[in-house]
Amino acid sequence: MAYSEKVIDHYQNPKNVGTLDKGAKNVGTGLVGAPECGDVMRLQIEVDESTGVIKDAKFKTFGCGSAIASSSLATEWLKGKSVDEALKIDNMDIVEELNLPPVKIHCSVLAEDAIKAAINDYRVKNGMEAIKFEDSVVH
Amino acid sequence: MDPRVLEAMLPYFTEHYGNAASRNHPFGWEAEEAVDYAREQVAKLIGADPKEIIFTSGATESDNLAIKGVFEMYASKGNHIITVSTEHKAVIDTCKHIEKLGGEVTTLEVNAEGLIDLKELEAAIKPTTILVAIMYANNEIGVIQPMREISAIARKHGVLVFTDGTQAVGKIPVDVNKDGIDLMAFTAHKMYGPKGVGALYVRRKNPRVKVTAQMDGGGHERGMRSGTLNVPGIVGFGKACEICMLEMEEEAIRLSKLRDKLENALLQLEEAYVNGSRDHRLPHVSNISFKYVEGEGLLMGFNKNIALSSGSACTSASLEPSYVLKALGLGDDLAHSSLRFGLGRFTNEEQIDYTIKAISETVLKLREMSPLWEMYKEGIDLNTIEWAHH
Repeated sequence: MAYSEKVIDHYQNPKNVGTLDKGAKNVGTGLVGAPECGDVMRLQIEVDESTGVIKDAKFKTFGCGSAIASSSLATEWLKGKSVDEALKIDNMDIVEELNLPPVKIHCSVLAEDAIKAAINDYRVKNGMEAIKFEDSVVH
Repeated sequence: MDPRVLEAMLPYFTEHYGNAASRNHPFGWEAEEAVDYAREQVAKLIGADPKEIIFTSGATESDNLAIKGVFEMYASKGNHIITVSTEHKAVIDTCKHIEKLGGEVTTLEVNAEGLIDLKELEAAIKPTTILVAIMYANNEIGVIQPMREISAIARKHGVLVFTDGTQAVGKIPVDVNKDGIDLMAFTAHKMYGPKGVGALYVRRKNPRVKVTAQMDGGGHERGMRSGTLNVPGIVGFGKACEICMLEMEEEAIRLSKLRDKLENALLQLEEAYVNGSRDHRLPHVSNISFKYVEGEGLLMGFNKNIALSSGSACTSASLEPSYVLKALGLGDDLAHSSLRFGLGRFTNEEQIDYTIKAISETVLKLREMSPLWEMYKEGIDLNTIEWAHH
């Protein structure tokens, strides 16, 4: 099975690799997956507190090329969105954008989970309630 | 495939197109002669008599024929088979089939080096044991089991010895008499021959071994394997064996030097570990885990130019990493971080240098991208984190 060009591009030139200060009040961190399962994603958002817009997003991922590409793409999409808009990112959008084959759909689910986990971390830090999400279906 | 093998095969697709089983015309005789000659070449490589070679479609069929064939043939003697957790799927799944048929299977574990415990083997033998099925050398880690000691124990108890020799034959000296092997599966394409042709060695003397045919038909191959012989494939198999016989010794020295160069260079990376015994191992195989980097992601960094495989199985529906590495006691995380290297007749030093560079660079790059590597560097114990298991 060959990787799509977009996956290869994100793998070779990943966008927004890095680490934000997870102690900062306006930074939300989501860590999902498990080393035993072969993929772990850490996705972080930095929110502009006056506007509620995500001004920066960073990721680090342990996983296959599709997992790396899914998280790289997610950070690109997050930047400039409001936190509420970010909640609307659906894993199937990632599947479509990256042409992921069925066996790699779980990588996109993981990226969606990471976004939600980062947003919840930000919410809790800022005195809001964590949103209850349905369990993702694939895992 | 070795070009010399192809050259030997080609005439048998065109001018010599006879059926080896046709006894009434010269085309058939020619084909039969060619098969007989190949049978000698194959037998010679493993120290067998040509009459002890049964041609099959490959090692998977040979594994099936040996295990199921012995189980049926020796049903009056017993129904117990002993095997090992690191066997190829063709053996493991055949043994599972035997269990469904009412047979009993004991699966021995291996130690961290990938080797079985001979005392455990002997303790597992019962009056109903009819077969010990232990691979000569492992396909993922290259670890070589102590065949002579294994067969000595089995013989002492009157138990037949079957070995899957797919990885070993043609790479290291294998002698069915010195090694005490009663049945052995092996295949052409692992020794630069064509795909789709293999053999089962079946001992004829001391003891005389028989297997029940698993395919009914014209009674080819002394009644043990019906089906028109793949004459060009068999000719290629014979040629491949002849070349191995002549060149194996030198090739093993050359490849083990290159393998060691590759391995030692990659072990310079932090947190890189060789999986399985380094002493009891095929000369051309290496299996290394690069901790905190996922194997499939790593492969993607250079799979355009280097063909390797990973113990991680992100593409399989099960998401289960290599059962062989897990049998060595590796955690799933290390199994997911493994790469299997197989060097061959056409691997040269330049390619090894390229591989060292490509892998080292990719490992460093992916570690910069790995949250696990960052945590490790910060001194966080990954076992203390509550992972969301999915």
